[in-house]
Amino acid sequence: MPISTLHDDKLKALEEKANEIRQDLIKMLVEAKSGHTAGPLAMADVFTCMYFHILNHDPKNPDWEERDRLILSNGHICPIQYVAMAYAGYFPKEELMRLRKYKSRLQGHPHRTSLPGLETTSGPLGSGLGQSAGMAKVALMDGKKWRVYCLMSDGEHDAGNTWEAAMFAGKNKLYNLTAIIDRNNIQIDGFTEDIMPLEPLRAKYEAFNWYVIEVDGHNILEIVDACRKAEAVYDKPTVIIAHTIPGKGVEYMERDYLWHGSPPGEGPENAFTKDKQAEEAIKSLRTLGGKIESEHE
Amino acid sequence: MDMINKNLNLVENIFDEDKIEKIKTRDGYGKGLVEAGEKNPNVVVLCADLSESTRSEWFKKKFPDRFIECGVAEQGMATYASGMAAEGKVVFISSYAVFSPGRNNEQIRTTVSYNSWGSESGKEINVKIAGAHAGISVGPDGATHQALEDIALMRVQPGMAVIVPADVHETQKATVAVAKRPGPAYIRFGRVDYPVFTTEKTPFEIGKAYTIIEGKDATIAACGSLVYKAIIAAKQLKDEDGIECEVINSHTIKPLDGNAILKSVKKTGCVVTAEEHQVMGGMGSAIAEFLSQNYPVPQEFIGMHDRFGESGEPEELFEAFGMGVSHIKDAVKKVISRKGK
Repeated sequence: MPISTLHDDKLKALEEKANEIRQDLIKMLVEAKSGHTAGPLAMADVFTCMYFHILNHDPKNPDWEERDRLILSNGHICPIQYVAMAYAGYFPKEELMRLRKYKSRLQGHPHRTSLPGLETTSGPLGSGLGQSAGMAKVALMDGKKWRVYCLMSDGEHDAGNTWEAAMFAGKNKLYNLTAIIDRNNIQIDGFTEDIMPLEPLRAKYEAFNWYVIEVDGHNILEIVDACRKAEAVYDKPTVIIAHTIPGKGVEYMERDYLWHGSPPGEGPENAFTKDKQAEEAIKSLRTLGGKIESEHE
Repeated sequence: MDMINKNLNLVENIFDEDKIEKIKTRDGYGKGLVEAGEKNPNVVVLCADLSESTRSEWFKKKFPDRFIECGVAEQGMATYASGMAAEGKVVFISSYAVFSPGRNNEQIRTTVSYNSWGSESGKEINVKIAGAHAGISVGPDGATHQALEDIALMRVQPGMAVIVPADVHETQKATVAVAKRPGPAYIRFGRVDYPVFTTEKTPFEIGKAYTIIEGKDATIAACGSLVYKAIIAAKQLKDEDGIECEVINSHTIKPLDGNAILKSVKKTGCVVTAEEHQVMGGMGSAIAEFLSQNYPVPQEFIGMHDRFGESGEPEELFEAFGMGVSHIKDAVKKVISRKGK
């Protein structure tokens, strides 16, 4: 059992926030008619922890020098980052409905200069850890206290650039860098262990001189505790392998890689026909919301 | 010497091919890095296991805390540089042009150029890519190491400046100039000793082409190692055939100094472009794109014609692949013959 750094009220509030964020995510994807669903749902709990508990940041002053940096490496799950940012106050929630539209600040994959609060541009996989390492290196060179958080997918560990950066971060003892891997076991063409086996992932990172923590990526307490633990590691970077369920929260999508790249209303019809998918997704999330309420009574 | 533009403060013995001093252009990069580092404490230099041959080692000796060795990892290097630049550093990444911007092209596109695109003033991604050992003159190493497509790769990226200096002094000035200029830039230079025809007093400004020799019969626009060959070709054409060539040092390929080219071809009515690069997508293409829209004239292209190089001595390869003085002279005669047809 993790040693909790959260009071029950706060924990409940974060769990409820994650559920709300998931519901808005479904709505924005339906409106956009394209985009990824499974990955963003899987990372809803991690993003909630980041924007509502872990990050030292100021949504009203996104360029604040002392802010922690959050770099999204697997840019395709940006819808969940956008929703979390809107909830945190970076921009009006109504703007979420502009996802992927012409002249929108919410580009299909995130673009640094389009939306205040984004630290970088991403989409092509495998380059976020390198950028994060570069930022963390500057912080150490210049004696800055802020931390760098790099959110990554498991699939992008097929890319050499990721491992180049892992080696660089280990060499430079970037203890101010925390990487969080969405270990959901799926990528576009199928299961990661079929496409290009990543295991033993923990041992790989340990061999690259990283401190490794594994958590249940849907357990807010474990995520928060792991992030705090990483702050106490002072000779190496930390990677948190967050075991997640793709599509988490929408029961009929969970663990189905066919939901990687489709929004509700455009996805596979193996549970519900296209016209029912959005409605059923929201229904599933509301049920989950009810469970959160009862668990904290 | 009468032919030479006196305002450029070029060397006195410019036409003396044997006695003119010859220095490696990459030495200019090493000196330029140190100079840029002295002027700006935010300048940092990254290198991918080639610090001696790229001369980034000279910066390392002076500023060890601002030099970062990346190992043989050009893709990684581009991304570390992007992250560092996002935090306010002016980051030079140094390697051979085949590897950077060759191997790491997509990382440069996404994390440098596009990442900088649309930046408010002061928030640009200041990554400066230094491609050493570019061109056929890498020589004995062979085609794997002879970057002949790097100008094309870089000039199609929005916001990327592309500069190909002609000798050691110009390389030093270009290095200092790109450090000061906001946004991404690519600077390209070669491996071998090359005639030093400019001096410390010769002006250099990004985006400003210089007319080295004035002439009325044909324009030769050259960059990098072929500028000096163009100067010699122009001298011989004058002496042997009475043909007066205008020689332009077109060191900045992007942003191209269209006005200088336009002014010259309006006088001469034709142009030969000369570069140590594929004729597709390089400096010649940039000039052709500009002139076809503004003032179409006959053009001949000196460069590699859609093939790979091979091992050999640099001068031998310039001759073998049509980038020698004689080839420039033949191209001038041919382009003049096409005028008015």
